[in-house]
Amino acid sequence: MPTTAPSDPVQGLAAYSEVTASEASLRRFLHGLPGVDQVGAEARATGLGTRSIKTTSKAWALDLAIRMVDLTTLEGQDTPGKVRALASKALRPDPADPGCPSVAAVCVYGDMVGEVKAVVGDRVNVAAVATAFPSGRASMAIKLADTRDAVAAGADEIDMVIDRGAFLAGHYLQVFEEIVAVRDACARPDGSHAHLKVIFETGELQTYDNVRRASWLAMLAGSDFIKTSTGKVQPAATLPVTLVMLEAVRDFREATGVQIGVKPAGGIRTAKDAIKYLVMVNEIAGDDWLDPDWFRFGASTLLNDLLMQRTKMTTGRYSGPDYFTLD
Amino acid sequence: MAFEYAPAPESRSIVDIKASYGLFIDGDFVDGHGSSFKTINPATEETLAEIAEASDADVDLAVKAARRAFRGWSRMSGKERAKYLFRIARIIQERGRELAVLESIDNGKPIKESRDVDVPIVAAHFFYYAGWADKLEHAGLGANPQPLGVAGQVIPWNFPLLMLAWKIAPALACGNTVVLKPAETTPLTALLFAEICQQADLPPGVVNIVTGAGSTGQALVGHSDVDKVAFTGSTGVGKAIARAIAGTDKKATLELGGKAANIVFDDAPIDQAIEGIVGGIFFNQGHVCCAGSRLLVQESVADEVLSRLKRRMGTLRVGDPLDKNTDIGAINSREQLDRIRELAGIGEEEGAERWAPECDLPSSGFWFPPTIFTGVTQAHRIAREEVFGPVLSVLTFRTPAEAVEKANNTPYGLSAGVWTEKGSLILHMANELRAGVVWANTFNKFDPASPFGGYKESGYGREGGRQGLAAYLKAEEA
Repeated sequence: MPTTAPSDPVQGLAAYSEVTASEASLRRFLHGLPGVDQVGAEARATGLGTRSIKTTSKAWALDLAIRMVDLTTLEGQDTPGKVRALASKALRPDPADPGCPSVAAVCVYGDMVGEVKAVVGDRVNVAAVATAFPSGRASMAIKLADTRDAVAAGADEIDMVIDRGAFLAGHYLQVFEEIVAVRDACARPDGSHAHLKVIFETGELQTYDNVRRASWLAMLAGSDFIKTSTGKVQPAATLPVTLVMLEAVRDFREATGVQIGVKPAGGIRTAKDAIKYLVMVNEIAGDDWLDPDWFRFGASTLLNDLLMQRTKMTTGRYSGPDYFTLD
Repeated sequence: MAFEYAPAPESRSIVDIKASYGLFIDGDFVDGHGSSFKTINPATEETLAEIAEASDADVDLAVKAARRAFRGWSRMSGKERAKYLFRIARIIQERGRELAVLESIDNGKPIKESRDVDVPIVAAHFFYYAGWADKLEHAGLGANPQPLGVAGQVIPWNFPLLMLAWKIAPALACGNTVVLKPAETTPLTALLFAEICQQADLPPGVVNIVTGAGSTGQALVGHSDVDKVAFTGSTGVGKAIARAIAGTDKKATLELGGKAANIVFDDAPIDQAIEGIVGGIFFNQGHVCCAGSRLLVQESVADEVLSRLKRRMGTLRVGDPLDKNTDIGAINSREQLDRIRELAGIGEEEGAERWAPECDLPSSGFWFPPTIFTGVTQAHRIAREEVFGPVLSVLTFRTPAEAVEKANNTPYGLSAGVWTEKGSLILHMANELRAGVVWANTFNKFDPASPFGGYKESGYGREGGRQGLAAYLKAEEA
């Protein structure tokens, strides 16, 4: 593995074209990645979690965390009204403070993209889950149609799920080719393409070795972001899983020159947790990733805690939840 | 965008440092008959307190007090002794923050280490040996093992309270009484521990603390009524102690220096190995006898490991020990700093390549940046001598056999680390390495149930675990 990034990402990636040329070579490559020692990885994550972020650093981190939120609702009971309310909140999370930044994106099912778009326009991104989210159990044709549908409706970002069954069965090339196909389906007529986030459902992959392999597989296949979870399976995002993914994007950029984003999703509910993630981004991947373009939180209830802490920082007092909107 | 961590200092208002301290003899603080010395905060060089230097007469008083207390303490049932030890353990937990802050102020170690490592293990040690006090017949030393008598214990400055716990907890559990001399640069937590003994209503004389420097230690070790000598510190002093007690019937355990090899194979979990290398040598500023001060890395991954190690070292935060985000604190004394500088200078003169990340060191106090030397060979002094500072020597090897050969090629043998995903290689290495502790895919992990001690010039005897009881018991006399 080279230790300095190639200057040309196209060349950097081309060096890996042989890796993905066959099932056998891809398997050899993924199984040749350094292992992850579970105890050590968890100890490192716990250690970073003890960083004490106070005063000015805390205020800075809270604002950054708000700007990184993919405000999410992925329920069967979602209605246009509910989704529009969420979209309004994404634009102005704290109606009492115009200085409060907007979130990064609103994340919904594909059929709700238009509703969000109508409220936020181009001011906040719209992310749509696709590819038979959350299980990924559908034919390839359905998954691609699902994706094209969301892109056509105006989604800026597509959150796809991988076929965990195929991954766990060792059919890495199949997973790789699916990601490539979905990425192609993200293309718009004007030649641009919706950003692709690839969800691993790490709670189903279970081992950190699998998380590292899935990360490299998805990055080689052209994902823009790698994402932990759907939020529908426990455990969802954890600090050590995100640590392993941050190490992967750091190493991938070093190897290819291509920077990939990371999105932990599900289970991050408090500002304190969010700050632990930011500390980890800072110390593992580096400050290039401390930006909504490269790190996101997939969350819903997290936003209100961030807002409450933010208000506490500016006023010196805690307000009750009644002072923040429910959506 | 850079994420700057604002200062997050732990408040020192919880500790109450007196202007001067006497000696703790027979349950009371008393004035010594000798002179006094100052203990300073190594991070600021401010004087913290005036400490009595115990004279030979003071040491004699302390040993006599311990001898008087021995009769009652050794005949007390194990169950009753355990009550005192459990009580001490609980008070240590209750006053944990106070102990941690005081340790960081007097020693210079980061608060996150004193808070998360030292003090919890100290309490665990007392809890562990409290549990043994009424089960000594299961120690493997016969049906009714007996305590040795009065233990003279001399401890170092790198883990002042933890080494105190390693010495005092098993000694007391087995029915011995102790006279303990803390290191001259770090006496404060031992004196706070004396207060805790009072708070726990420990019978007078069971624990005595005599502060002082080398001459106090000599007086204690050489005292004719001391039955057992326990020492942790440098190999030089350890040898002097062994000479001093030769020909007497004193028993001794010595835990001395080390020059541990931390061995990274090419199939290691690299990211965790980097953490293990960093923790192995930079934990506690490298003031660790079992520090992984020699990195042996397989040549096929040497470049990758080194580049990752350097990147990781760039994120280490050196500075105020009381800041909760500090990773590396102050060097404990000017003397030690001079020693580290001298050996690092010799490393450069001998042709090794020195590297340290950029870091702003405070203007007052004693500081040394985390440093690595590459291109080191077995012939270099920095590969052979214990630096006892944040200085890592990097060597390479080609095969497991060469790793074993290099790792064992040292007069020391305290600890070693092995990093590989291959279980059979771990077992093979553990068999081949002549070191008291071999860590696999981790480093610097301590537990009261696990015995600790050295081969060769790293000392003899074991502390911790069931094995640690043997240092303070003898089989019942027929």
